[in-house]
Amino acid sequence: MDAVHEVLGRSALVSLTATAIAVAIGVPAGTWLALAHRRGRGALATVVNTGMAVPTVVVGLVVALLLWRSGPLGELELIYTLRGMIIAQVLIAAPLITGITMAGLQALPPELPDQLRALGANRVQLVVRLWIEARVPLLAAAMAGFGHAVSEVGSATIVGGNIHGQTQVMTTSIVENVGKGDFDEALVYAGILLALAFTINAVLTSVQQRAAAWAQS
Amino acid sequence: MRCAAPAALMALMALAVGACGDDDAGGSEAPAGKGRMILATTTSTQDSGLLDELVPRFQDQSGCSVKTVAVGSGEALELGEKGDADVLLVHSPEAEQEFMDGGHGVSRDAVMHNDFIVVGPAEDPANIKGAGSAAEAFTRIAKREAPFASRADESGTHTKELSIWEAAGIEPAGSWYIETGQGMGETLTIAGQKRAYTLSDRGTFLATDNLDLDLLVDGGSDLLNPYHVIVVEGEGVNRECAQAFADWITSPETQEEIGRFGTAEYGEPLFFPDAKG
Repeated sequence: MDAVHEVLGRSALVSLTATAIAVAIGVPAGTWLALAHRRGRGALATVVNTGMAVPTVVVGLVVALLLWRSGPLGELELIYTLRGMIIAQVLIAAPLITGITMAGLQALPPELPDQLRALGANRVQLVVRLWIEARVPLLAAAMAGFGHAVSEVGSATIVGGNIHGQTQVMTTSIVENVGKGDFDEALVYAGILLALAFTINAVLTSVQQRAAAWAQS
Repeated sequence: MRCAAPAALMALMALAVGACGDDDAGGSEAPAGKGRMILATTTSTQDSGLLDELVPRFQDQSGCSVKTVAVGSGEALELGEKGDADVLLVHSPEAEQEFMDGGHGVSRDAVMHNDFIVVGPAEDPANIKGAGSAAEAFTRIAKREAPFASRADESGTHTKELSIWEAAGIEPAGSWYIETGQGMGETLTIAGQKRAYTLSDRGTFLATDNLDLDLLVDGGSDLLNPYHVIVVEGEGVNRECAQAFADWITSPETQEEIGRFGTAEYGEPLFFPDAKG
């Protein structure tokens, strides 16, 4: 077993990186879906909403099949690495962030985009303005994505392999300790994982609430 | 808290784990025949498929409803110690002896053995093929610092692996020593992907699909893996069913069946019966 702080650092590194990448993908994707013409949107929105509900073990299995030495991307040697785990967690968090972004932008006054266009906003200005208006749900999207990524164990086990000193993270440590009958140790890890999630969400929530207060004033 | 409550209430109370002090492992559902019992066993027996074959037959014959929990030997013994399991089928002789010495078991009988094997990549970079014992093979692996996947989960197989390292006078450490903290099947898969050696029981190796590993060393006297059945001592244990299971699995008919298991699929038996009858 690794020292707790190493495992904790690894969990934070993997899930925060994955969340950042997922935000970079999910926010533009969700924006596009919210603004796209009605016809194509329905089907794509269904795909995104399904993605929000895909079990993480399924994501892990698919990513592992791709990354295994016998798989199509085997030569990249990403199986049982932190980078492989990040890829899996991006796939887990991105649909969630896309979906919440889409819902957040759709909750804005429907006439807003047209008003902004009438005021002479170009596409970039329009999108930036909408993101500023929807910053509260956008932060919620990032928090949900991170929460989903840091708490999942299915893909972390299959893609990461829980290798001590290399890919062991908080959730896989908990499973391992339960397997060994070491429930005390498992509870310690569980408590620390909760504290990590709480800390990061506390920071994001305070930003979000300050943004919300500013919006009301 | 008093437990003299109507049956329906009992079922509800059993949901709140340990609400009545002693956790009656068999109390949460309507009993089938002689009631329910929990069999705690190791991942290696479960992965081999042996229990899927045996347990339904025992249930039919005995009227006991069996819930099989497959965990590491460490957790299986722990479950027994806490009275959360009624009967154990495990393979950690030293830990088992401690368990018995601690007064946690009523009886402990030999059931069967299988053997451990050392597997690794076909190229065999540490040239362990032909090593006369596991200790010799491990010495060559360590000298070469060839990747070795350890389960590192305090399972019977892990305990065995550590005892082989000890016999070889080596303390394995370094980036070549990969600790997975997982079951045998997962560890074999990881070893295959990482071109690493590992210690496995023969059954799981034969039963795990899609492995990129060759059997390199077997047959050494330090590679035997004996399984014992332990009837757990404790209040709330379904002693009748646990004892019936121990008697049944060591009976001549079941023993014969154990010796046959796996021959159809793998061309060789996975387990060798050990009960005296």
